[in-house]
Amino acid sequence: MADVAQQNVGEAHAGETRRDFLILTASAIGGVGVAATIWPFIATLNPARDTLALSTTEVDLTPIQVGQRLTVAWQGKPVFIAHRTPEEIKAAQDVDISQLREPQADSDRVQKPEWLVIVGVCTHLGCIPLGQKAGDDRGQYGGWFCPCHGSVYDTSGRIRQGPAPLNLWLPGQVERASQALYKFTSDTVVAIG
Amino acid sequence: MADTRPGAMSRIIRWIDYRLPFVAALNHELNEYPTPRNLTYWWNFGSLSGIVLVVMIVTGIFLAMQYTPSSEAAFDSVERIMRDVNYGWLVRYAHSSGASMFFAIVYIHLFRGLYYGSYKEPRQFLWILGVIILILMIATAFMGYVLPWGQMSYWAATVITNLFSAIPLIGQSIVTFLWGGFTVGDPTLHRFYALHYLLPFIIVAVVGLHLIALHRFGSNNPLGIDAKGPQDTIPFHPYYTIKDLFGLAVFLLIYAFFVFYAPNTLLSPDNYIPANPMQTPNHIVPEWYLLPYYAILRAVPNKLLGVIMAFGSLFILFFVPWLDRSPVRSARFRPVYKWVFWLLVIDVVALGWVGANPPEGIVVTVGQIATFYYFLHMLILLPLVGKLERPRPLPSGIGAAMLGGGARLGAAGSPMAKP
Repeated sequence: MADVAQQNVGEAHAGETRRDFLILTASAIGGVGVAATIWPFIATLNPARDTLALSTTEVDLTPIQVGQRLTVAWQGKPVFIAHRTPEEIKAAQDVDISQLREPQADSDRVQKPEWLVIVGVCTHLGCIPLGQKAGDDRGQYGGWFCPCHGSVYDTSGRIRQGPAPLNLWLPGQVERASQALYKFTSDTVVAIG
Repeated sequence: MADTRPGAMSRIIRWIDYRLPFVAALNHELNEYPTPRNLTYWWNFGSLSGIVLVVMIVTGIFLAMQYTPSSEAAFDSVERIMRDVNYGWLVRYAHSSGASMFFAIVYIHLFRGLYYGSYKEPRQFLWILGVIILILMIATAFMGYVLPWGQMSYWAATVITNLFSAIPLIGQSIVTFLWGGFTVGDPTLHRFYALHYLLPFIIVAVVGLHLIALHRFGSNNPLGIDAKGPQDTIPFHPYYTIKDLFGLAVFLLIYAFFVFYAPNTLLSPDNYIPANPMQTPNHIVPEWYLLPYYAILRAVPNKLLGVIMAFGSLFILFFVPWLDRSPVRSARFRPVYKWVFWLLVIDVVALGWVGANPPEGIVVTVGQIATFYYFLHMLILLPLVGKLERPRPLPSGIGAAMLGGGARLGAAGSPMAKP
């Protein structure tokens, strides 16, 4: 306290610079300290390690017949695995890419043409599109149809109609299937994540 | 230095302030607020406890986002916080060590009040609110201790709730009611969690009242005499904001030491064993801040009387403003009370030691003597010393006492009291 008081006196002669400097440096260091303290608190809200550990799912493909679709859980989200028919593959490949909302060739969306592996979450507002079960409304392109706001996806999972801005994601949210977070560990097993 | 004079306020703030005088109130209570010019570092502990309360609430809210209050999942969810949640260990250790820091600060604050007579006219109600805060803190800390659902959690909950079974006739019904079952169990954990989340906000409210009561007459000071005018006071800002901030920095060093280097020193290893209703730990002690009450409980060889005296040792604090008859506040001018005060400090530390050790041999004797002395101090010595003691003459004013006649006004070179 005495120091502060004496500083007051000195200041009258020396102007404000000394005090300005002290306040500035003290506030800066205090600010860094506060930011460094806030950081771990924000970090606790990110996925914990046990949540991240749930990031791999292995799927046996043998029971999936041509034309069947299977939903598996990966990171708590549904992943659509579609064993596509030759007609579906052809329909997906024959599209004029320039007409698409998010132009992407079918070959960029699959590692093997008969297996389409996509994240089954509508890119509009996160609902799960219909089309996995027999009898579901698949929309006019034979792919998936989101019941929430009417987005229509084709047999490659690309957005064709409705409010969704993007194609259904490939696992890992990448541009090309070759980079997607799944791989065929054998002819009949796919590991997602 | 924030310039909050009306002329410097922006027009928007002035517009709002005219209708809701918030900035003006802050300015009045935290900036220009006239404070005795002789406060020592013992006066840091009030603001410090307020800051720790905020730290406890913030860390607690972040823990609550990860914690599961069920007897099946509570222990595992705490372990998940420690192992899997990013920086979960840091937030939990900050919370568990923070509880100890909170009590240490509040106890120093309380003894500061006892030494300098801060509870005396006209600050009796300020003191009462402080005791209410302490009781709420103990309840909150106890229920928080139960939440990890380890062995110590479980048996602490069992023992403390069973205190109420000492009540004649209806005791056992009350205990069953508290448990929501026939033992401490899932319903108990759920309600403790709800209350552990609720009570801190009630503490915040009572702290608000404590501050209103404080600012009604202003802080007491080491001389214990009233500030009589501008020569006795200095504005709160920058003098005490800086002093409080410096004290905070020192405190944070100590706090950080515990959080980062000794987080389990004040915790019991038994609490890392999941709760087992079939097996009591061999050596069961409460947290350090409850040891003196625990020692009093054990010192009395009668169940009901022991419970009454343990609670009584806390509740008797409400009556201190009326038990102490001396018109002089500060122990600086009370030659006898000064010694009696330090004996009480030693007595309470001795009770803490007794509480920490198994009740065998000398520990029992010391516990009984210390318990007796505690109540002797409160019920006999406080009134008697106040009546018989001859206080030393009081200075005419704070400024006069500090400046030697009050000739030199202004802050320049004033010899502030050293801690």
